Amino acid sequence: MARYFIRRVLSLIPTLLIIVTLSFFMIRLAPGGPFAREKDVPELILQNLLKRYHMDDPLGKQYLRYLGDIIRWDLGPSFRYRDVTVNEIIDQGLPVSMTLGITSLLLAVASGVSVGIVSALKQNKWPDYVAVSVAVVGISVPLFVMGPVLQLFIGMKLKLLPMGQWISVHGWKAVVLPAITLSFPYFAYIARLSRASILEVLRSDYIRTARAKGLKESVVVWKHVLKGALLPVVTYLGPAFSGIVTGSVVIESVFLVPGIGRPFIQSAINRDYTLIMGEVVVYSIILIMANLIVDIVYGFLDPRISYK
Amino acid sequence: MKRSLFVLFALISVFALSAQNFTIVNGTEPVSLDPHAVEGVPEHRIYMALFEGLTIGDPKTNRALPGLAKSWTFSKDYKTITFELRDATWSDGTPITADTCVKSWLRKMDPKNAFQYADLPASYIEGGMEYLSGKAGPDAVKIRAVDKTHFEVKLVGPTPFFPDMVVHYAFAIVPIHAIEKYGNNWVKAENWVSNGPFVLKEWKPQERVVVVKNPKYWDAKNVGLKQVTFLANDDVNVGYNLYKSGAADWIDTVPLELMDQIKLDKNFHVAPEYGTYYYIINVTRKPLDDARVRKALAMAVDKNALVSQVTKGGQVPADSFVPPSTGYTPAKGFAFNPEAARKLLADAGFPGGKGFPSFSILYNTSASHKKIAEFVQSQWKNNLGIDVALVNQEWGTYLDTRSQSHNFDIARAGWIADYLDPSTFSDMWITGGTQNDGLYSNKKYDEFINKAKVTSGAERMKALGDAEKVLIDDDMAILPLYFYVTQNMIDLNKWEGWYPNPMNQHPWKFVRPKQ
Repeated sequence: MARYFIRRVLSLIPTLLIIVTLSFFMIRLAPGGPFAREKDVPELILQNLLKRYHMDDPLGKQYLRYLGDIIRWDLGPSFRYRDVTVNEIIDQGLPVSMTLGITSLLLAVASGVSVGIVSALKQNKWPDYVAVSVAVVGISVPLFVMGPVLQLFIGMKLKLLPMGQWISVHGWKAVVLPAITLSFPYFAYIARLSRASILEVLRSDYIRTARAKGLKESVVVWKHVLKGALLPVVTYLGPAFSGIVTGSVVIESVFLVPGIGRPFIQSAINRDYTLIMGEVVVYSIILIMANLIVDIVYGFLDPRISYK
Repeated sequence: MKRSLFVLFALISVFALSAQNFTIVNGTEPVSLDPHAVEGVPEHRIYMALFEGLTIGDPKTNRALPGLAKSWTFSKDYKTITFELRDATWSDGTPITADTCVKSWLRKMDPKNAFQYADLPASYIEGGMEYLSGKAGPDAVKIRAVDKTHFEVKLVGPTPFFPDMVVHYAFAIVPIHAIEKYGNNWVKAENWVSNGPFVLKEWKPQERVVVVKNPKYWDAKNVGLKQVTFLANDDVNVGYNLYKSGAADWIDTVPLELMDQIKLDKNFHVAPEYGTYYYIINVTRKPLDDARVRKALAMAVDKNALVSQVTKGGQVPADSFVPPSTGYTPAKGFAFNPEAARKLLADAGFPGGKGFPSFSILYNTSASHKKIAEFVQSQWKNNLGIDVALVNQEWGTYLDTRSQSHNFDIARAGWIADYLDPSTFSDMWITGGTQNDGLYSNKKYDEFINKAKVTSGAERMKALGDAEKVLIDDDMAILPLYFYVTQNMIDLNKWEGWYPNPMNQHPWKFVRPKQ
């Protein structure tokens, strides 16, 4: 198990190297550059700027310099935000984005699985119909519609929760609306997924055996059904987490959340090469680690899987 | 009774206190708080709170008012200006001297620092360009401290509008002593030193900048706000929601889709802005190299319909490129006249639009640019019988196509003045100018612009006006569509000292709760 873990973590290195290399050259292929403005920068100043950021070096040299820096976890200066380094932007934004992401994921799993259980046990009765309808809405309404709608009703009309801005302004109340919005499609999907797989497991032989043995219904559900039925849900957590992390980019704009998502979009528009690279690297690490964790949890749930 | 009076008093003072806190939705995250490193409107607003330049903008007209300089005198030829500094200090008590001014401006123009907008002071101050280009040392720049309170600047040509220009952050006076002590970290709140009506309290990147009243400011007793919060948000809908929910006191953009409803709001203030929305024509491409074709295109667009049916926000149809300016006569331009347009197009060899080669309008991806381009497209189709394709590109790509490869026929553009003078518009179109993306070139035009550089007063204004007549009336090299307007939402029954003005710059010193 420990060896498996170490091997997986080590495999991060070649993966990241490929990602860094591809992104480094791809973003430089895009037309424009970090110093392009509506008011053109005079040639003189442009030259000074290129020199300042070593962009007058040959591309190969720039690439090697970047690799050297990134090994020391120095993501470089932002080309746009002159007073801060990319490391500082990530250090400030990452805890915020992670707070939002993890809260949303927990919320999606907890509510999704509960609704899934209820609707499977009450199949084709009204709780099931309600749950399925909510899930359809959740899957089909995009985040950028859901967010403003919740803002309008819960934030502006009912004034129950803040419409935007983060913990430093409103305390933990600020997390609620963005987390609900962000988790909603995943909640819906998890609800449908767990409903389907619980229904399937309920019909299997070992559950019939458990019932035949005279076990209490709650023990059957909690001990036998859930363990088997949660496997597809856990598998889905990997993609769900990446979805939540990237979806957070939209939510951060709608709810003014100071995470790493908004600067990511801005960096792409501004061609802020170092910031784009830094964000890509951080997102890659998050996604790879999330998949690793899912794989490990999988092993605990399914004894047929062993780590070698 | 006493007790209830006390409670009442306490309530009133709490209310008064909160009423002295002001919040603005400030647009994108500021690129920096260092006034020499900044560019753009959000940064300028923060600059006006934290710093005071030699001059500051008048809240009604944007013309220069005394700031750090209590007065200034020009030499007779308008080529030397001497500022007399007032007795002012930085927020840490360090006095501000003429020497600070010299060092500040040299820092801005230092080629090693590679500051954007360094060319603005450098191109007007004698020796500035030599220093900025690395051809000469700082000694070449003709600015000096005459004594502790007199700061002398020698200018390349007569520049009567120099005090107006010095309002711009490119001319900021910065705390050299703090920069030397803390290096790049001088902009952090814990090290902060500045000389404006406010000082930095906190800066949470991607979230907000909070400034509080500076007790050391020379005119602190006349500063009416205790605290100003600048929210970093550039989503126009989110900004509008914040304003409507009371979380913000001022927004400077509103959602276009809600314009019909917003127009009725008494807190919506529309005013002329010193800027122009226009189409750049690539004059090197056939058949756009023919002035008759360009004039036909100009006369075939009904700009009145454009502003009343498409943009709807009170914009002013533009026939000239330079917006109305005092003492300046703009070009006459070409009013909507489809018949004359058709005739000109026929003269150029395309009767009824027949045989007109395919061409396109390039714009950066945005709903409003798209609507405008579609309108122009339909006007040319209906009035001239020619087809124009629409091409949209993402911002960075669009800028590259427009300014680097020049691979376009017609491109959308906008220009908002950096300072209140027609030259900020006319200087763009000289042969080989960095902003001259349509590759326009006319010796007559260049001569008028150069003449304006060495003359002053009415003679200078006439030269600038003559230049624009060449640009528009003779050559129709660019197609002006409308003059921008400022579109602010702020409750002026609650706040005073805020006035609609042509540069949309509102110095914080004057803004206060209404008595």
